[in-house]
Amino acid sequence: MMNLSRSVALISLFLLPLLSFSFSVDNPTDRRVLVLLDDLSLKSSHSIFFNNLKSRGFDLDFKLADDSKLALQRYGQYLFDGLIIFAPSTERLGGSLDSKSIADFVDSGRDLILSADTSASDLIRGIATECGVDFDEDSSAMVIDHTSFSVSDVDGDHTLIAADDLVKSDVILGKAKIEAPVLFRGVAHSLNPTNNLVFKVLSASPSAYSANPSSKLSSPPQLTGSAISLVSVMQARNNARVVISGSLQLFSDRSGVQKAGSQNQYEKSGNEQFVTELSKWVFHERGHLKAGSLVHHRVGETDEPAIYRIKDDLEFSVEIYEWSGKSWEPYVANDVQVQFYMMSPYVLKTLSADKKGLFHTSFKVPDVYGVFQFKVEYEKLGYTTLSLSKQIPVRPYRHNEYERFIPTAYPYYGACFTTMAGFFVFSFVYLYHK
Amino acid sequence: MAALESPQPAATTTAMRHAFGNVLSVLILVLIGVLAFSIRLFSVIKYESVIHEFDPYFNYRVTQFLSKNGIYEFWNWFDDRTWYPLGRVIGGTVYPGLTLTAGTIWWVLNSLNIPLSVETVCVFTAPVFSAFASWATYLLTKEVKGSGAGLAAAVLLAMVPSYISRSVAGSYDNEAVAIFALIFTFYLYIKTLNTGSLFYATLNALAYFYMVCSWGGYTFIINLIPMHVLLCIVTGRYSPRLYIAYAPLVVLGTLLAALVPVVGFNAVLTSEHFASFLVFIIIHVVALVYYIKGILTPKMFKVAVTLVVSIGMVVCFIVVAILVALVASSPTGGWSGRSLSLLDPTYASKYIPIIASVSEHQPPTWPSYFMDINVLAFLVPAGIIACFSPLSDSSSFVVLYIVMSVYFSGVMVRLMLVLAPAACIMSGIALSQAFDVFTGSIKYQLGGSSNSTDNAEDTNNAPKDDASAGKTDKGEEIVKERSSKKGKKKEREPADKPSVKSKAKKKALVLPLETSIVALLLLIMLGAFYVIHCVWAAAEAYSAPSIVLTSQSRDGLHVFDDFRESYAWLSHNTDVDDKVASWWDYGYQTTAMANRTVIVDNNTWNNTHIATVGTAMSSPEKAAWEIFNSLDVKYVLVVFGGLIGYPSDDINKFLWMVRIGGGVFPHIKEADYLRDGQYRIDSEATPTMLNCLMYKLSYYRFVETDGKGYDRVRRTEIGKKHFKLTHFEEVFTSHHWMVRIYKLKPARNRIRGRAKKLKSKTTSSGWSSKSEKKNPWV
Repeated sequence: MMNLSRSVALISLFLLPLLSFSFSVDNPTDRRVLVLLDDLSLKSSHSIFFNNLKSRGFDLDFKLADDSKLALQRYGQYLFDGLIIFAPSTERLGGSLDSKSIADFVDSGRDLILSADTSASDLIRGIATECGVDFDEDSSAMVIDHTSFSVSDVDGDHTLIAADDLVKSDVILGKAKIEAPVLFRGVAHSLNPTNNLVFKVLSASPSAYSANPSSKLSSPPQLTGSAISLVSVMQARNNARVVISGSLQLFSDRSGVQKAGSQNQYEKSGNEQFVTELSKWVFHERGHLKAGSLVHHRVGETDEPAIYRIKDDLEFSVEIYEWSGKSWEPYVANDVQVQFYMMSPYVLKTLSADKKGLFHTSFKVPDVYGVFQFKVEYEKLGYTTLSLSKQIPVRPYRHNEYERFIPTAYPYYGACFTTMAGFFVFSFVYLYHK
Repeated sequence: MAALESPQPAATTTAMRHAFGNVLSVLILVLIGVLAFSIRLFSVIKYESVIHEFDPYFNYRVTQFLSKNGIYEFWNWFDDRTWYPLGRVIGGTVYPGLTLTAGTIWWVLNSLNIPLSVETVCVFTAPVFSAFASWATYLLTKEVKGSGAGLAAAVLLAMVPSYISRSVAGSYDNEAVAIFALIFTFYLYIKTLNTGSLFYATLNALAYFYMVCSWGGYTFIINLIPMHVLLCIVTGRYSPRLYIAYAPLVVLGTLLAALVPVVGFNAVLTSEHFASFLVFIIIHVVALVYYIKGILTPKMFKVAVTLVVSIGMVVCFIVVAILVALVASSPTGGWSGRSLSLLDPTYASKYIPIIASVSEHQPPTWPSYFMDINVLAFLVPAGIIACFSPLSDSSSFVVLYIVMSVYFSGVMVRLMLVLAPAACIMSGIALSQAFDVFTGSIKYQLGGSSNSTDNAEDTNNAPKDDASAGKTDKGEEIVKERSSKKGKKKEREPADKPSVKSKAKKKALVLPLETSIVALLLLIMLGAFYVIHCVWAAAEAYSAPSIVLTSQSRDGLHVFDDFRESYAWLSHNTDVDDKVASWWDYGYQTTAMANRTVIVDNNTWNNTHIATVGTAMSSPEKAAWEIFNSLDVKYVLVVFGGLIGYPSDDINKFLWMVRIGGGVFPHIKEADYLRDGQYRIDSEATPTMLNCLMYKLSYYRFVETDGKGYDRVRRTEIGKKHFKLTHFEEVFTSHHWMVRIYKLKPARNRIRGRAKKLKSKTTSSGWSSKSEKKNPWV
């Protein structure tokens, strides 16, 4: 706490009251963010982005990336909830930081914004690889697009591209549509399509390719078209979020854009809105879900049984809330499903929401005994992953729970009793005849 | 003999001798019981009062449940801690006889304010029941050849090594009570056959019910008795007694057997039981024939015979046709795998690796006969000969019993246990007959001139040996038995007739005195060898509980208590609902001792599930991790004997895992694990072998122990010494490395990109050649 308030005093006094909200499960939005720069002038050139963060209540701690006093944790406790690395050319981080400690930082459930740029260092590439993002191998390559470049590009090599292929997700980019294209000048990266943790937020147009603009192309470019990702995000399995951008300029203060071939002249590029909304997502102001425990009981009862019987009717419910940045709001969706699972789902039902955060359904236990699980696996683009399960055994009928008399068996019952009666009569007649 | 000779003057002497003989017999039987009980206590004395091996742990756990929750809960017990996630309905899949017996004993003792723990009761159930089994043997043999043979057989059974191996204190398995039930059922059958009493027939059905409750081996009874009945009918020995002995057993026995949940409808549906029904029909046909023969004139009878025979043939034909159709229509041909492997010994090893993988399902080797029944093997032929002079219904039964059990024991080591009582009975008969002949000759030679043979016989025989001690009243018993066969009820009147005859015969069969004495001494020596062998076997060979191992070395006794150490670790350091995967051998122990959920256990009812675990063990790490993760496994337990030279470890069982796994999942091929048909783990081993999970889990960090990685079981240096585990982490290794427990690592939080890996792995040229092939994400 001591250290915390010192760093707070250094930056901005008016943020003090907000300190009482620290990062936690109940309050998942990050508060303390370390910003690593390779040049302190970035502070002013990217002031809109930083000021926006500050105004939203973040406590930014600017440090040079090679500052020898850098430390992410002290006495095993992390000092920061988020990390912004705007130091594309840094070869070595100062203090105790390296790519492994940053990976550990992410693995502890904390968030990261990483920006590379042209001629990004191996360190930055290494961190990106750890997160499943592969930058173009050629360190001098840039994304070039001869059709959707910005007309404000003065160099004429069409490396300042105006990208508008954004991921369609209100959770990540906010409800307000980003009208203007996003300006991007930087290095391309690609994602492994089998990796389901990373996805593109901003992709290049089909006509883009990645090459060194100052030299002639000797062979076809390795990265072309919409396979090129400009900005990607990763949500790790522990719901830590990472934004990886191929351009540092993306976050800078810049305005006015006109896309080549387009008549629309925008006063402002979409960058500001894009990075603001993206930072809201990455710092868990949006799309963070939490679920209460799974509740189940037989129809007509309220207590959870230790074991079900086959063909029992049961009711199942789970509460899910979404973090709005300030408080937990009931989550509303019609696609939350529960599985009644034993090696494969025997029952798969969509839960109905009651707008107060309670998701509920009822079903009949299948005619199979074994150790089942109630499973809620909720993976939706942009939202944190919910993976809940609760084990419950299902037993067969007890010996006295079967039907006592089966109507179809009446002939057999009849046969039994007539045989017994017949035997009695026969014995009687045989013994006492004559 | 002399007493029978002169019934009128020596009536009181005879009564005295009878009383004396009976008291002596009772005393001897009590001693036999004590012997049977105490010879099985070596395991408790040498080790401790602990449940042995694998299956007994399950029975112990079930008994605990029974004593805690009562019989109805036991009946309906759905166990969610084994066979995860399938679970197992214990009440419906277990033979409840043993459990109910021990539970009842515990309950009775507790209500008598004798506070024994359930474990103590379980440990001592088997020795107590082996005493009962000896007494049942006495009764059975007495019915066949008189009480002398009975006592001899009882003594032999009390210490036959084959039976000791399954009934030492702590060996709390079904066989412990089932052998008693088996012998007792046979006794009641013979008793019914000899008396024709419906009372004994009913008792017989009840004893059969107890046998069905106790052990799957009851099918041996329900096939052997019909065979004997058929034998009697074919040899023209049909009698109403035979009918009384058989028909109620089939009807009542089948009804009662169907009451046992694990048998249920199998009692009428599977082919193991069909023989009894077929013979049931035949005996009725035969009974009808005899009845008609009685009421018709011989002439009319001939006509009737042709009629009945033709009708009978037709009926039999139809029944056989139906049976064949039924058997053919069921998928396994109506025979369960274990039974099929009895008929065709190669069946199991050809088609069902899971049955063949159990060592006790393998055919025995010749030395094991000598080990398990010792001198009885030589006495049995003599006993068979004795049974043929004269052949009665009951002696033909024991002959049939020995023949069948010899065959079955040749198929499966485990069924040596069924052979043991038969061998004891036969040897008992042989011994007692031999003693009879020799002592008779001695008596004749010594007392040829004098008339005081009574005294000579008494003084000569009584102190000799346990077996010969029973001789006093045995001689006359045999005569009585033989006579009872010829003229059943009217025993008194014709009794002196055959005895005179036998006396005449005796005189003709007399041997020289010296020969008799030498032969007697040789027989006693033989018996002494048997006793020495049995005590040795009980003390050294069959008392090890197998969860605690000891080894004697130069610097003293070493105790390997690794199993309990690891199970205790599991129960103290893991969550109650964690799942532990291991090969199925250790399933029962894990649930009983560590109280953790297991994936497969020794009740091998689901081959696919076992094959899944086998496949995981034979797969590379990543694939294994995925299999285990899909089964919610948290911990993997392997047994490794390489450090201390414990041969029955998982590496030695590994080929069975491969076979069983490959039987269901064909991508596992046995040939991939063998180098030129040889199973090896040294540097010549195949890469598949060196990369499979079982190898890695067994030998992880093994090289750190001696710097070379020398495996003392396989007697070689291991092939791959330095490697890391990527998906598993070692959490526990027991003191002697016998048990190693690994934990599954959680799924990786992030998925790495490819670039760096490929770059570091391949040279730049390799890199470009890769990218030429249009790599979509680089």
